[in-house]
Amino acid sequence: MTLTPLRPQTTTDHLSLLESHAVYILREVAAECERPVLLFSGGKDSAVLLHLAVKAFAPGRLPFPVMHVDTGQNFPEVLTFRDQTVANLGARLLVASVQDAIDRGRVADPGPHGARNRLQTVALLDAIVEHGFDAAFGGARRDEDKARAKERILSFRDAFGQWDPRQQRPELWQLYQGRVNAGEHLRAFPLSDWTELDIWQYIEREHVALPPIYFAHERDVVRRDAMWLAVNEFIQPRPGEHVERRLVRYRTVGDATCTGAVESDAVTVDAIVREVATANVSERGATRADDRFSETAMEDRKREGYF
Amino acid sequence: MEPVNTDILRLATIGSVDDGKSTLIGRLLVDTRQLFDDQLDAVVNASERRGVGDLDLSFVTDGLRAEREQGITIDVAYRYASTPDRKFIIADCPGHVQYTRNMATGASTADLALVVVDVAHGLKEQTRRHLCIAALLGVRGLVVAVNKMDAVHWSSAAFQSVVDEVETVSSELGFESITCVPTSALLGDNVVDASDHTPWYHGPTVLGALESSDAGAWSNATNGPRLPIQWVLRQPGGGRTYAGMVNGDTLHSGDVVTLLPAGIETTITALNTLHSGADTQAGAGLSIDVALADETDAGRGDLLARAPLPRVTRDVTATVCWFGERPLTTGSRLRLKHTTRVTPARIVALDGVVDVSTLTVHDGDELRTNDIGLVQLQTADPLVVDDYRDNRVTGSFVLIDEVTNATVAAGMVGRAAFL
Repeated sequence: MTLTPLRPQTTTDHLSLLESHAVYILREVAAECERPVLLFSGGKDSAVLLHLAVKAFAPGRLPFPVMHVDTGQNFPEVLTFRDQTVANLGARLLVASVQDAIDRGRVADPGPHGARNRLQTVALLDAIVEHGFDAAFGGARRDEDKARAKERILSFRDAFGQWDPRQQRPELWQLYQGRVNAGEHLRAFPLSDWTELDIWQYIEREHVALPPIYFAHERDVVRRDAMWLAVNEFIQPRPGEHVERRLVRYRTVGDATCTGAVESDAVTVDAIVREVATANVSERGATRADDRFSETAMEDRKREGYF
Repeated sequence: MEPVNTDILRLATIGSVDDGKSTLIGRLLVDTRQLFDDQLDAVVNASERRGVGDLDLSFVTDGLRAEREQGITIDVAYRYASTPDRKFIIADCPGHVQYTRNMATGASTADLALVVVDVAHGLKEQTRRHLCIAALLGVRGLVVAVNKMDAVHWSSAAFQSVVDEVETVSSELGFESITCVPTSALLGDNVVDASDHTPWYHGPTVLGALESSDAGAWSNATNGPRLPIQWVLRQPGGGRTYAGMVNGDTLHSGDVVTLLPAGIETTITALNTLHSGADTQAGAGLSIDVALADETDAGRGDLLARAPLPRVTRDVTATVCWFGERPLTTGSRLRLKHTTRVTPARIVALDGVVDVSTLTVHDGDELRTNDIGLVQLQTADPLVVDDYRDNRVTGSFVLIDEVTNATVAAGMVGRAAFL
């Protein structure tokens, strides 16, 4: 058998292949599942995911709603970005609220300064049941964490929303099959094979809009747990901590109580691409207190039904 | 450092349990400085807590709690690495026989298999099974790390005896490119840096072999372009375009194509790529949408193809890897997913079961978990198929349990040359 080039010699840059794969996944799940939803936090990964979803179904409208799992402890710039983005698309925004879950007694109130990241699981699973969703698109990437590195692109969740890493469905070739029984659902991760650098290169190429906090800006911060935490209504300096004004940006965007900033002077996407290409610390290691609880913090949360 | 666009090599590790696959990948990632400082710190801390020494390299990819407790790989870990020349997508696969389904998951999208063999044990049955599955799945390039060379005092004779074994099996299975490297993944010899212990070896390191392999550029399609339709896009003004991912040869605007299974000949009047919009052509792996010259009832599950055309059939002869817990027998009813079509299917005959040690086919009444067999099946709706050896997309399918919806088999249309 003669060996001929598998991929055409022209348009084979890796961003186009990643983009095409992600769009393929979005179309497969939208076609096979009855009621998908796209999870949108306003962070860079979900902004890229939403951008890809729009491209996948253009010129038609998105064939599914967009849902934000809202901890109630957000960066205001991110909420503004969320609302503008969804309004510009004419998409339907659902908000699954952690505050509601607390008010309904579904989860214990962690107090005014407590992290609510883990409580998002309950709000998310309740919303999936309430709306009857059988698939939820998420922007998770395998390079983020060692438990995510193990997850399928279409990840099966049982009737309790749980992930069982020992019993994942085989996932052969690109034959993504999205069948579930009533009460079960899938998480679908079209960005599985993207790295942080791919995301930023794609943002640069496609001019994907982002909340301003991803770019370097001056902010009052305190040093805590080897991270810079923004001083705001959720984070106040503790005794012995000093408020400093620093030039920082965010590498990830999550709950305002547990997401740290990094020192940076990168004010453009181009500068961020360069910064990410030479980073020594992973994005979650640099900025997420919620991953530092234990060796398998992400796996434990994912088993319960986290993103 | 200026990030550059480079080509991508997808590879999967294969081999038996405890031969050192995860340790090799850990070594490869650590010595090429692909790990962030905090990730390396976390591996060091986890190694200390579990009492396995200063740095258990397998913990780089064995990220699940159970994997670290048991010291085994349960499911595939995907890692991403890049060197100035190339990006790598690495699927670190489990070696245990009960996790063969996960190994097949990792290998199904691989261009190249990185085989790890314990030099003291040679090719175990499980390694032969993995090689057989990799060959069935269309992997044609191997880089073989003949590992734990330190345990045999860097003996060139021990290395050569494994090389001979590998070459015998590989020529039967039809692998086209094989590079064997004497390694100690634990100590780092010949993984990224050349070893002082093997003056008798003049070939590349594992990294060198991966960087220079051209397996990623080999075609797994030797036929015309195919576009399985995923989704119909309605255009303003009432027209429609048909969206899907190209496979096989490059598709061009202006191509005369046949809509299958209907058999209607038409012309592509416009071709849109995601990046450029209206374009003149699109190659394999690109998601596109196309407009057709004629009014058709084309929809999801149909396929556009240019000659040589695929077959339209409800009767399929295939090779299957069975992952179901209950045996597969003649008469079994399942769902089948092929390209973008899902249809009921029935096993009408079991033609044989493959003995992975001898690569011979013998008669059998059933396929048990992790067996490989030759079957004939019949589908409710017609399929548009090529042989797997001609096209990895239109030649592949999965079987789905009708009750649990679990994926229970990987299927390849036709029969591999070695069976």
